[in-house]
Amino acid sequence: MGKPRRIAAVNDFVVKFANVNGSGSASANELFARSCLRMGVPVSPRNIFPSNIQGLPTWYEVRVSERGWLGRRGGVDIMVAMNPQTWDQDLKEIEPGGYLLYDSTKPQPPSKFRPDINAIGIPLTEIAAAKFADPRERQLLKNIMYVGALAAMLGIDPDVIAQLLGEQYKGKDKLIKPNLDAFMSGLHYGRENLDEAAALRIERRDKVGDRIFIEGNAAAALGCVYGGATVCAWYPITPSSSLAEAFQKYCARLRVDAATGKNKFAIVQAEDELASIGVVIGANWNGARAFTTTSGPGISLMTEFIGLAYFAEIPATIINVQRGGPSTGMPTRTQQADLLACAYASHGDTKHVLLFPEDPHECFEFAAAALDLADRLQTPVFLMSDLDIGMNQRLAAPLKWDDNRHYDRGKVMTAEELDAGKDFGRYLDVDGDGVPYRTYPGSHPSRGAYFTRGTTKDAYARYSESGPDYVYNVQRLLQKFETAKRLVPQSVLRKSAHKTRFGVIYFGSTSPPMAEAIESLELQGTHVDALRVRAFPFDAAVEEFILGHEAVFVVEQNRDAQLRTLLVNELELDPSRLVPVLHYDGTPITARFIAAAIDEQARNLNVLPLKPGKAA
Amino acid sequence: MTYLAKPKLHHPTLPKNQLGFTRRDYEGKISTLCAGCGHDSISAAVIEACWELDIEPHRVAKLSGIGCSSKTPDYLLGNSHGFNSVHGRMPSVLTGANLANRDLIYLGVSGDGDSASIGLGQFAHAMRRGVNMTYIVENNGVYGLTKGQFSATADAGSKSKRGAVNSDTAIDMVALALQLGATYVARSFSGDKEQLVPLIKGALAHRGAALLDVISPCVAFNNHTGSTKSYDYVREHNDAVNLLDFMPKRGPISADYRPGSVIEITQHDGSRLRLRKLHDGYDPGDRLAAINHIHAHQARGEIVTGLLFIDPQADDLHANLNTVDKPLNQLSRAELCPGAAMLERINASLR
Repeated sequence: MGKPRRIAAVNDFVVKFANVNGSGSASANELFARSCLRMGVPVSPRNIFPSNIQGLPTWYEVRVSERGWLGRRGGVDIMVAMNPQTWDQDLKEIEPGGYLLYDSTKPQPPSKFRPDINAIGIPLTEIAAAKFADPRERQLLKNIMYVGALAAMLGIDPDVIAQLLGEQYKGKDKLIKPNLDAFMSGLHYGRENLDEAAALRIERRDKVGDRIFIEGNAAAALGCVYGGATVCAWYPITPSSSLAEAFQKYCARLRVDAATGKNKFAIVQAEDELASIGVVIGANWNGARAFTTTSGPGISLMTEFIGLAYFAEIPATIINVQRGGPSTGMPTRTQQADLLACAYASHGDTKHVLLFPEDPHECFEFAAAALDLADRLQTPVFLMSDLDIGMNQRLAAPLKWDDNRHYDRGKVMTAEELDAGKDFGRYLDVDGDGVPYRTYPGSHPSRGAYFTRGTTKDAYARYSESGPDYVYNVQRLLQKFETAKRLVPQSVLRKSAHKTRFGVIYFGSTSPPMAEAIESLELQGTHVDALRVRAFPFDAAVEEFILGHEAVFVVEQNRDAQLRTLLVNELELDPSRLVPVLHYDGTPITARFIAAAIDEQARNLNVLPLKPGKAA
Repeated sequence: MTYLAKPKLHHPTLPKNQLGFTRRDYEGKISTLCAGCGHDSISAAVIEACWELDIEPHRVAKLSGIGCSSKTPDYLLGNSHGFNSVHGRMPSVLTGANLANRDLIYLGVSGDGDSASIGLGQFAHAMRRGVNMTYIVENNGVYGLTKGQFSATADAGSKSKRGAVNSDTAIDMVALALQLGATYVARSFSGDKEQLVPLIKGALAHRGAALLDVISPCVAFNNHTGSTKSYDYVREHNDAVNLLDFMPKRGPISADYRPGSVIEITQHDGSRLRLRKLHDGYDPGDRLAAINHIHAHQARGEIVTGLLFIDPQADDLHANLNTVDKPLNQLSRAELCPGAAMLERINASLR
């Protein structure tokens, strides 16, 4: 057999690192990703990790894409195989002609390799043993060494790495030198031995611009800080815990009163999710902005309280960083499978507002918007993030805040208004938008007090089991939901340059691969108009879009086509117009998957692929 | 709950407190509980305590869960905001409300089903966090609103109205609260206003988690022979360790007592508690001794009442969280939002 083919590419390939959880690989792998960004080349990294602290396999996949595709591509061009446990599985993932980087200190039999890939051995353990005395240090710095070898192979500027290490260990200067030493020893080894080993290169470009590199959870936490949340109650759950922790971190930095050293925030790690949402509802009832962050199992537990907040009309911001369900499901994998559970959470007739951010930028924007909307609409508002957005650093437009922006506290009747004799009916629709006025407890000695309850009441909050009172309230709640359609983030249309009878609807973390899929479909001659839904209830453009196309693909990351169910149910549409495209194995959806599925579905619809420039 | 409004007429000779309010100003709607229900006596005691303490009614937030007891906040303090939340979850809602505005007085009203069964977890965590609140458990050992099932505070061996004998061990809310770190723990009896009113006043003035377990007989389902929560049983077995006189910070103290027969305690807000000892040697500052005393007497079938434990200088959740003095719900955008320039700096650090 001759030499294997060599994949050749500049700024367009996938590197995957296979490590053992707890071995200190995360910071080395992130260093690699950041070095590409500093070279001006966009990357999108993804953590693929187990529900475990130490010992189980973990992967870090970096897609390098000069074109700026931030979705997961699928396939691997370079595998950095540092975990003997997963060796066989890791080798299988490498594309033919791809590269395998491994620790060659201990020789491996030829049967452990694949003939169609390029194996590149580096005696990492040997070099580390010669260089560092402490065993823990050897283990940690071995990771930095392979980054050095990669830098040599791929042409990453070592000065960029040196600068990044300096920034990372600022204030802990004694850590800089060993890290730099390890990096340089990997680099030197690479330069001497691996100069021509791979035909993949990173070349300087200017494609990153002013974008930032941040996890969705951190961005959402900042959105809560900027949006004026003062109370956070939460219960630890993957993948949302890092959001509450980021809120704590940002508050400690941005929300401590300089004069007194006291906190302008209160964070409670509650005993469970029932208590978390209870605290949030109590705080919002009393006029503070409060939120909780959780994932699917937490939503299940909160459901009774969510019904109370809906029916008693109390603002609540609930961030759901979705993971694979049902039950414990796939705690460290991603899905968009809580749409129905959130949209209709609780017994009885309920409907809730959902926001679907596509990336960290929108996590920030929508978190602040959710706090406004919850107050404006006096109802629970869900920010529907997911693990793919929440727990991975993503290149995103810089976060924006307008200093003239005011918090919309909604309809709150003040003591002055009460004194002026304004009629206060807690559940009275005075403006025709379904949203009543509320008062904050303790604000007036003799007017405006009312009794909040989950039982039925009349427009003046008096207990009532009379049918007309009940109907008045629940009809008003529907009116309020209508009002919400105008206030939520509106859908975003991306029209094809060609007239087409195909549409595609998508949302959330499907957004990055969708842009890429649309382009690849176009190259095959299939043109689609695309609509990104950003909220539930659906704005008017959603129905218009569906009715304007003969067939609409609804792309989502769950088994049961939950967005499609919502569309059919809420818009009362013929289900046959909506063709589900579903990805739900827990990995982030890829452009390859979307394009292939739409292509196949288009054939199933007995429609010939469109030629460029021709109407469908 | 009631459909009826109470007449607003006040007799001109009704006594007024320092704020010029009569007791009527502290009332709520007419109770819809059964005639003779112990809970109504507790509501009356809360009204009396608030009137005597010169509390502005609207500065109290009253919260409850679900059940007969949880209906009662509607029957007192009509000018206060009330919140009848979901079953067993009053503590979390109250915790959130308290975090939002530390300046109000928080009254949580619950029952034995609400707090000892479905809400035991939330009860426990409110106590251990030191939420500044008065937590009243209106304890009748029975589910009244669903017609007579045993609750978790029913004593083992006690008999239901239909004759069933309870075999499960009773949960003692007072012992639990002591173990969980509550800083004001008392037990009383709805039929003993003289004891109950000062205990409520002390609890309202206390900073921290104050638990009041009030045995409150259910006349409909748990007031028969064989019940250990009936009026007769509680009267016969009530063993008070002390009798409390609550004194606000102002005003002279002028009673003469036999030396050694009185304990005086000054609370955080300057209010003073004078405890007339009924049991020599009972020290309400000793948490462990209190637990022992309660268990020892309980084994003899006695119900220990009075102020069982107090840490007069306790701190609350706000102190632990180091929150600003100004209520969080009154902080303005300028005080909360770090602004665009800071966001630019954050953006820069993320490149």
